[in-house]
Amino acid sequence: MATVKEGLYYSESHEYVKVEGNIGYIGITDYAQHALGNVVYVDLPDVDDEVTAGEEFGAVESVKAASDIISPVSGTILEVNEALDDEPELLNKDPWENWIIKVELSDKGELDSLMDAKAYEAFCENA
Amino acid sequence: MFKFFPHTDADLQAMFRKVGIKSLDDLYAEVPEQIRYRGEYQLPEEMSEIEVRQLFEKLGAQNKPLTCFAGAGVYDHYTPCAIPQLLSRSEFLTSYTPYQAEISQGTLHYIFEYQSMMTELTGMDISNASMYDGTTATAEAVMMAVAAGKKQNKVLVSETVDPKTLAVIKTYAHFHGIEIEMIPAKDGVTSRQNIEALLAGGDVAGVLVQQPNFYGIVEDYEGFADICHNQKALFIMNSVAADLAVLKTPGEWGADIAVGDGQSLGIPMQWGGPYVGYMCCTEKLIRKMPGRIVGMTQDNRGQRAFVLTLQAREQHIRRQKATSNICSNQSLMALWATVYMSLMGKQGLKEAAELSYAGAHYLCDELLKTGKFKLVYNQPFFNEFVVRYNGDVDALQKRFTENGIFGGVKLDVDQLMFAVTEKRTKEEVDNLLKLIP
Amino acid sequence: MNNRLYGNLIFELSQEGRSGYSLPKNKFGSYQVPVSLRRKEDAALPECDEMTVVRHYTNLSANNFGVDNGFYPLGSCTMKYNPKINEEIAALPQFAGLHPLQPAETTKGAEEVCEQLCKSLCELTGLYAFTLKPFAGAHGELTGLMVIKKYHESRGDEARRLVIVPDSAHGTNPASAAVCGLEIVEVKSLSDGTVDVDALRDLLAQHGSEIAAMMMTNPNTLGLFEKQIPEIEKLVHAAGGLMYYDGANLNPMLGAARPGDMGFDVMHINLHKTFSTPHGGGGPGAGPVGVRKGLEAFFPEVSPYHGNFAVAMRAYAYILSLGRENVKLVGPLATLNANYIKESLKDVYELPIDGLCKHEFVFDGLKDKSTGVTTMDVAKRLLDYGYHAPTIYFPLLFHESLMIEPTENESKETIDGFIAVMRKIAEEAKTNPDEVKSAPHLTPIGRVDDVLAAKHPIVTFKQMQNDTN
Repeated sequence: MATVKEGLYYSESHEYVKVEGNIGYIGITDYAQHALGNVVYVDLPDVDDEVTAGEEFGAVESVKAASDIISPVSGTILEVNEALDDEPELLNKDPWENWIIKVELSDKGELDSLMDAKAYEAFCENA
Repeated sequence: MFKFFPHTDADLQAMFRKVGIKSLDDLYAEVPEQIRYRGEYQLPEEMSEIEVRQLFEKLGAQNKPLTCFAGAGVYDHYTPCAIPQLLSRSEFLTSYTPYQAEISQGTLHYIFEYQSMMTELTGMDISNASMYDGTTATAEAVMMAVAAGKKQNKVLVSETVDPKTLAVIKTYAHFHGIEIEMIPAKDGVTSRQNIEALLAGGDVAGVLVQQPNFYGIVEDYEGFADICHNQKALFIMNSVAADLAVLKTPGEWGADIAVGDGQSLGIPMQWGGPYVGYMCCTEKLIRKMPGRIVGMTQDNRGQRAFVLTLQAREQHIRRQKATSNICSNQSLMALWATVYMSLMGKQGLKEAAELSYAGAHYLCDELLKTGKFKLVYNQPFFNEFVVRYNGDVDALQKRFTENGIFGGVKLDVDQLMFAVTEKRTKEEVDNLLKLIP
Repeated sequence: MNNRLYGNLIFELSQEGRSGYSLPKNKFGSYQVPVSLRRKEDAALPECDEMTVVRHYTNLSANNFGVDNGFYPLGSCTMKYNPKINEEIAALPQFAGLHPLQPAETTKGAEEVCEQLCKSLCELTGLYAFTLKPFAGAHGELTGLMVIKKYHESRGDEARRLVIVPDSAHGTNPASAAVCGLEIVEVKSLSDGTVDVDALRDLLAQHGSEIAAMMMTNPNTLGLFEKQIPEIEKLVHAAGGLMYYDGANLNPMLGAARPGDMGFDVMHINLHKTFSTPHGGGGPGAGPVGVRKGLEAFFPEVSPYHGNFAVAMRAYAYILSLGRENVKLVGPLATLNANYIKESLKDVYELPIDGLCKHEFVFDGLKDKSTGVTTMDVAKRLLDYGYHAPTIYFPLLFHESLMIEPTENESKETIDGFIAVMRKIAEEAKTNPDEVKSAPHLTPIGRVDDVLAAKHPIVTFKQMQNDTN
């Protein structure tokens, strides 16, 4: 059974944002990594790239599936989790600890349109 | 019953009973009558093998295979006789794409060898499992460059690229929404003058050149890769596969993608196909590459095994997000090239290329000696070259044809392009020369 | 493979100084490729004697399974018999030795083959003209969509960029549309597996002026005939769109119905499916595209010469061998074989949509789901019994899709043998599930580690060597 973490913001395409001040950590949820299966590759963007809410910035691949990663928020990429280059399976091991990009948020108002943990849990159950 | 249908009357009756029908017609009960086909196909009656053979022999007699002194992308190299015999093995010929790795190691194994050989030949890191032909592989490379680039949507193509390849690229580019801009040629080679200016806009995803180029000229691409990379454009090089046994490789020129046709690897000309397109790239681009790829792995018994891999890039998973719609390779033709490279090996491939070079230069020298021909471009060439004829080109070609020779491809009213391979003997070359009035 | 030597790569059999070729001596004089043009190091190709090469590939072939080895019920792929006469015809030197650019007066026989093949394809499909240029089915799809886009462009109707596909479509359809610069809209299927015409009507009401085409496979990927096709065709045409027929499932229609008569405007044919040319381990195939009268002016330049001409030769030889009296039995016999298997197995395998199928049908795994035995396991166990597996996990409409297509060439005995084994596997799933879940046991290799291959790609001998060092 997939876990959901309190205090984060969730999108319908199964990404999360963990917010610390003006900084957002974006990753894929436990539900998403379960659905994908063994992750074999993460297509990472570059630092300084702009991301836009609702637009893809990378992709996650398993043996039998590929999924675009859609940014739940807009902003500038401050850091990418390069550990995922060599060990994409980290997303299977702990998707919460292993965020994919760290973003400086340009519009915190966007968070209002995302789900909280409870809403996301319900969303997954109905999926 | 007909020889391909094993159904006896008793079989039919038993099967009808199981299915709950009375006739074959009942199988189409749900097809609206207005679209049921009730006519007689206007086709010939069933032919026996004897008749089929006779018919094709009769049709074949209307063709005239010629001693080939032409190329323009398709070359008359020799096919060692072991190849067709090995390829006719049913286990290769009648199998499908190797999805079930456990009973497809034959195919997967040779594709892995093919990929290994193509990377050796091109000096690149990675090869896919092959593509339809050289022209479509090049069009795919153009789309790949655009997909790999961030926002760039333009590809520069040298005017020395084969116009047939260019036509296919333009078709793909038109529909895919890619802008193609030409890099002018000067004296038969890609002009360096404006390439930097053309790249300066920052909207160029790739630069495509050909080596040897359409005119058979071996161009100097020193520095091109750097110029491209400075502007974040990929450098794409199209080459005739067999020539790379001798020539400086796309890898050495700094190419990011190497593409072209593998027909020169002993595959018969067969009026245009099937051939095999190859595509190689740098390790960095592996996940952007279209087409199938075979990789090494292990089975659950600890044995080395081969398997289709990186399939998440492909159309059956990515669907409309895939950068290519390719869902097959040219497997059997890749096997053809693989057995060719295995037989010819390190030395043979080189020797065949050198013989082709020698034959072409001998023919060129002898043509110039007649005083009726001049080289159009004063550039180093490999096994193909363009000459200007001081006479009636059409009459000359006609004379060649009447004497069983395909004497060059006409490029202009007064220009002919000749090619020579290791298959052409000195006697054949001298026969051609004797026909020049 | 019992002889370890032949598990090797050809590179591992190489010894410096050996060679497997012979070439004439250079009689042209001392022409040398200048050093400035040469590669620095020779390509590290294998060095083997001729017999080593012949044995290597002969033994490799023994690790393969083809139609000539046994039953190959691979759904959606039409693995029919590849007549041997076709191979001899295609290799005739009077055809195989032709350069594609040689003078037209020396290639009249080859022209004639193309012309006659196109004429036959028109007759069999009810369309007006064919181009042989596309190299494969996917290439044909792309070509056909280009024709459609060009047609709309020619009318100044550039807003038409949407292509409707049913949710059961082959993955190639959306990918081809994307390459062609078109966008996909999916239309849902009804619970009976066919297109929901009401949903289509809504979609057309909403997007009518943007619709370039509707792509359909008929029978669809579930093997079901889209019986609403006259209505669908009318709706799409009324909205200004064209109808595209994906010829992947043309085989059951031979002798039964023609795409042209169903109202399709453009189609491709997989010669390697319906017209018996060998699949060759994944290619070469051929994907001729046919069109209704008036669209032939829009054939694009998708390849330089005559497509895969030697494949076209085989297809024409096949049509001649069949003749008009046998070609019309192809569809019905293939359909009979499929229905016979379906009826014989539906008590142990889950048949989600009952009723007549055409040349193929889809089970949704075993009926008894309590054993934990999946479609993958059933497929792998079949290999142990000497059968190729059906297509698995496609179409995506069901979780445990198992798609079976027998073709018209299979005898009742062969099919009965397959049915017996499928029943046996269903039994084993209950009595000895581990045996099934760990299958195959009798193949040259066991199940492979896909994750390892994809995570750490090794795709050349050189990478393999570097990896072990």
